[in-house]
Amino acid sequence: MSAHLELSQIGKTYSSARGRAVIVQNFNLKVAKGEFVTLIGHSGCGKSTVLSMLSGLQPPSEGAIILAGKEVRGPGPDRGVVFQSPCLLPWLSAFDNVLLGVNQVFPNAPRAERHQVAEYYLSIVGLADSMHRRPAEISAGMRQRVGIARAFAIAPKMLLLDEPFGMLDSLTRMELQQVLVDLWRRDQKTAVMVTHDVDEALFLSDRIVMMTDGPAAEVGDILTVPFPHPRSRQEVLDHPEYSRLRDHLIEFLEVHAHRRKTGPAEAPADTAASVPLACPHPEPTPLPLSTP
Amino acid sequence: MKPLQRLQRFFLESLFLPAVGLLLCLLLWQVLSGKTVKTTVRDDFGDLVTVTKRVGLSKDLPSPAETWAASKTYVLQPWAKRGELDQGILAFTWLSLKLVAQGYAIALILGTPIGFCLGLSKSFAKTFDPIIQILRPVSPLAWLPLGMVLFLSVKIHVPGAGAPYTASELAAIFTIAVCSMWPTVLNTAVGVRAIPQDYLNVAKVLKLSRTKTLLKVLVPATLPYMFTGFRLSLGIAWLVIVAAEMLTGRPGVGGFLWQQYNALNYAHIILCILTIGFVGYALDRLMSLVESRFKSV
Ligand SMILES: Nc1ncnc2c1ncn2[C@@H]1O[C@H](COP(=O)(O)OP(=O)(O)OP(=O)(O)O)[C@@H](O)[C@H]1O
Ligand SMILES: [Mg+2]
Repeated sequence: MSAHLELSQIGKTYSSARGRAVIVQNFNLKVAKGEFVTLIGHSGCGKSTVLSMLSGLQPPSEGAIILAGKEVRGPGPDRGVVFQSPCLLPWLSAFDNVLLGVNQVFPNAPRAERHQVAEYYLSIVGLADSMHRRPAEISAGMRQRVGIARAFAIAPKMLLLDEPFGMLDSLTRMELQQVLVDLWRRDQKTAVMVTHDVDEALFLSDRIVMMTDGPAAEVGDILTVPFPHPRSRQEVLDHPEYSRLRDHLIEFLEVHAHRRKTGPAEAPADTAASVPLACPHPEPTPLPLSTP
Repeated sequence: MKPLQRLQRFFLESLFLPAVGLLLCLLLWQVLSGKTVKTTVRDDFGDLVTVTKRVGLSKDLPSPAETWAASKTYVLQPWAKRGELDQGILAFTWLSLKLVAQGYAIALILGTPIGFCLGLSKSFAKTFDPIIQILRPVSPLAWLPLGMVLFLSVKIHVPGAGAPYTASELAAIFTIAVCSMWPTVLNTAVGVRAIPQDYLNVAKVLKLSRTKTLLKVLVPATLPYMFTGFRLSLGIAWLVIVAAEMLTGRPGVGGFLWQQYNALNYAHIILCILTIGFVGYALDRLMSLVESRFKSV
């Protein structure tokens, strides 16, 4: 399987008054179609920077990003982004926030169908009853749900999530992780997510990319998570490999992240190929609209 | 107990204290103002004559009671029209407001897009900011003569609107527009610059077109600032109309004030001042109501 998303030799440099700051360099990663990849690393190492280059909001200073055979040049609705803060437009209701994206992506679909898509995703994330409320009138967790619904509703080729649950309490976080993983499996989306949380990474991802500390952060190590899908939280916790993988991640974050890697970056292509991508779940529920 | 306390508070804060303030001001006015005294004196020929003269700290300032006596007809028959420059106070206010509305509308229609351009484009801002900073502090009294010259030979006839605009009318509208535009321009520009990057990122990620970004993101995000500008602009427009009417002698509150000054009817000057104040206050309240509606969004 050829990579759906490929980052080759990505580098990002900001030039400021105090000179040039290299944030990320020599960042290589291949992501297969349908794969869920997590970026983990210390605060400020450049995770959001990598993600914003993927979303096209920032151009990479070096290297190229290829998505589905085409180089990424600028942002576009083929990638659904869930921002670190929910980023809803406060003057629109939850429904209208989602609808804004849907209208943009399916401009020729009948109005009723577009409304149906927005309602469908909002009810999947559990907002059927409060979709006509404004962002100020709903809780932070609900706002983050709207952000997720908005990202899925535009039928993107892939999902980019920047610490989507970072600001939530652990109960809400677990609930939303389940919502996310259900949606991801239903729509079979390729996803790249940034997180601080080791358990979240292990529960959600097929592979975990560990980044070294900045400045000049790069890929430090890549961990393949062998748990089969669909996963339940308890199964993951009970899996014999779980504590070994968890220790590996924590050890990396505590020890290795601080040391600059000297050797060449790993061969991500092999790792990608070894990812268990079999998706034994039944046919996804048909949507009112197909990808344009 | 609770509702009773609230009622007490309401009486104290919203009725009693303002009433005390009003009374104090009336008292001060009464003390300052003069009064007419009639004395009977024997003149050089031995006849008894009545002499009226005014005495007091400020002899010619009419007292509150005198002011009311002289203004009664204007207030109690507010829509009367006895002559061009002798109308009820609301009739004058209406004439002034009509001109203000036209100048203010032009100010908003021009000022808002200029504000958007200033906020959106660095080079536009760099190009026009110096000019704006120079034109902004120019007094309405300075613009008006220029307006008179500009519109001296311009005839604008709006079909169905009666008589064509006169030069003084156009000059007043021009002056109101030019002077009241700046708060709208500057507040809109500040508002556009203050739009959080997050909102713009949403527009970018969805790849909204330029018009859609403007209508769906930029304008709604700027509305609270725009309305602050609109409110300040309306205040200035109301200031300008009085000055413009005084200079041109147009019928209206300001024109009436000036005419009554020339006719030595000082009581009517006070009537005009109070009217101007009340109308200005009402306009400001109205705009802040609208503004707070948009702020709460
Ligand atoms: N526009 C910018 N100009 C200059 N430096 C920047 C800019 N944006 C980010 N940086 C720097 O890049 C580094 C990485 O930032 P980034 O937001 O990617 O970190 P992060 O890994 O997402 O952190 P966190 O986990 O706290 O969100 C930081 O040191 C930050 O100071
Ligand atoms: Mg970040």
